[in-house]
Amino acid sequence: MLCDICSKKKATVHLTEIIDEQMSEMHLCEVCAKEKSVQMEQQFGLADLLAGLSDFGKQVKDVDKADLKCSNCGLTYDDFRKLGRLGCSQCYDSFKVHLATLLKKIHGSNRHCGKSPVDFTEVKGDVKNDDLQGLKQQLLEAIGVEDFELAAKLRDKIHEIEKKDGKENGI
Amino acid sequence: MKSKRKTVKKMEFNDFMNNKGEWLKGTGSHSNIVMSSRIRLARNLMLKPFPNKARKKELTDILTEIHGAMDSIELFKGSTFLKIGELDNIEKQFLIERHLMSHDHAVNTEGKALVFSKEEGLAVMINEEDHLRIQVMQSGLNLNDTWEVANSIDDELSSKLDFAYSSKWGYLTACPTNTGTAMRGSVMLHLPALVMTKQVNKVLAAVSKLNFASRGFYGEGTQASGNFYQISNQVSLGHSEQEIIQNINGLIRQVIDQEEQARQALLVQNRPMLEDKIFRSFGVLKNAHIISSQETVEMLSMVRLGIDLEIIKDLDRGIINELFIMIQPAHLQKIEGKKLLVADRDIKRAKLIREKLGGEK
Ligand SMILES: [Zn+2]
Ligand SMILES: [Zn+2]
Repeated sequence: MLCDICSKKKATVHLTEIIDEQMSEMHLCEVCAKEKSVQMEQQFGLADLLAGLSDFGKQVKDVDKADLKCSNCGLTYDDFRKLGRLGCSQCYDSFKVHLATLLKKIHGSNRHCGKSPVDFTEVKGDVKNDDLQGLKQQLLEAIGVEDFELAAKLRDKIHEIEKKDGKENGI
Repeated sequence: MKSKRKTVKKMEFNDFMNNKGEWLKGTGSHSNIVMSSRIRLARNLMLKPFPNKARKKELTDILTEIHGAMDSIELFKGSTFLKIGELDNIEKQFLIERHLMSHDHAVNTEGKALVFSKEEGLAVMINEEDHLRIQVMQSGLNLNDTWEVANSIDDELSSKLDFAYSSKWGYLTACPTNTGTAMRGSVMLHLPALVMTKQVNKVLAAVSKLNFASRGFYGEGTQASGNFYQISNQVSLGHSEQEIIQNINGLIRQVIDQEEQARQALLVQNRPMLEDKIFRSFGVLKNAHIISSQETVEMLSMVRLGIDLEIIKDLDRGIINELFIMIQPAHLQKIEGKKLLVADRDIKRAKLIREKLGGEK
């Protein structure tokens, strides 16, 4: 069976797609299937988001054009802009300035408040303070946008951490 | 040796045919409108290249490491482990049709694997976009329990594997849209009355305004079909898992309310029209000898609504749910045990439906 799109290569990927309420089957070669999935991603809008960041990208580029490369996997920030995918967990550190803005743009926040892995430990002490700082920053932001429900929640969280810290330090 | 492995695989596939996915049972909270609830967690190994960046050898090493960790976890006992590269196209399509894996997982199969439990309530894709995609699915509206299961599996895995995580940004994923909790909670809804009363687009527009995504039953990038819509959270950073689930639940309850109201309105305003539509659909399904996927899905949706409204009695919703899965191309070909052309599938499909619904022989 030949590929439905290019009619040249052998179809190895078989998709069921529904367009305008019509379910149709597509038989594609590997190359066309890949292109198709890129198209679908573009609909998803990540490309737009990344494009929207280009001005910001330029500003930073002037400062450290050559340095934006992950030391662990070798991915450049430009690669990331093109692919929309990071190369490894270290990329998050290598591109942290850019990612802080991007994450905020995508999620409306750049602070994790969910679970952590079992036995997760990071350099103790400053992490906690960092958390506290972050929460205080969020509290200011919440008050700024008059989200008092969130502000109250954050205030309680801050109190809780401060109380715990006090206990641990024997105060 | 090689041929022996092949036979085992074949047997396993035949086993699935008789298995019913737990999430298709048609039971649980609000199961008249909610088909299933799903929690998906993305996880990666610290410092190992993400699948799109990893070389062949790295991918196989990652797979070996994860498989090894799973082997020592009780919850994975009795699970099926499949290397995607060893499957043929129909088998891959079959697993996609059962919602056990994504379309993306079927291409570039190097180092890719799928692990799933007997009841199919748990499925883990290895080396898809992230090193691990843990998926837990249950029947009805039940994200809280679904989360509890996913959470404990994640805890077990994280005690054996070093997950990429930062206290600031949470779980680090290949795509920044998943960073943070790396959790996607989804609920599959059947909304025929909102579609019939032409209100569904209004509801979905409101859903997307609230930063939730909706998509169809038959996969990513597709329009909704069979009046099924899947709603999931878009945001994964800045809220805890419980908060995200609470938000989804709140939204889903509103959509359920809207659908309930639309169903009542249809019943009050035009019961005969509704009954006619439902029984005609039932009639077609029980009698057709050639039927396309599209027509089947539309008719099954009406019959499901008929069961929900007790217009059709003595028919188990689970059978209809199961048919939504079984009428797909790879399932028909697996049942038949050979490749079928589209025209032959339409015949096979009609026969299968008649058998399942006790229709014309
Ligand atoms: Zn092609
Ligand atoms: Zn990297």
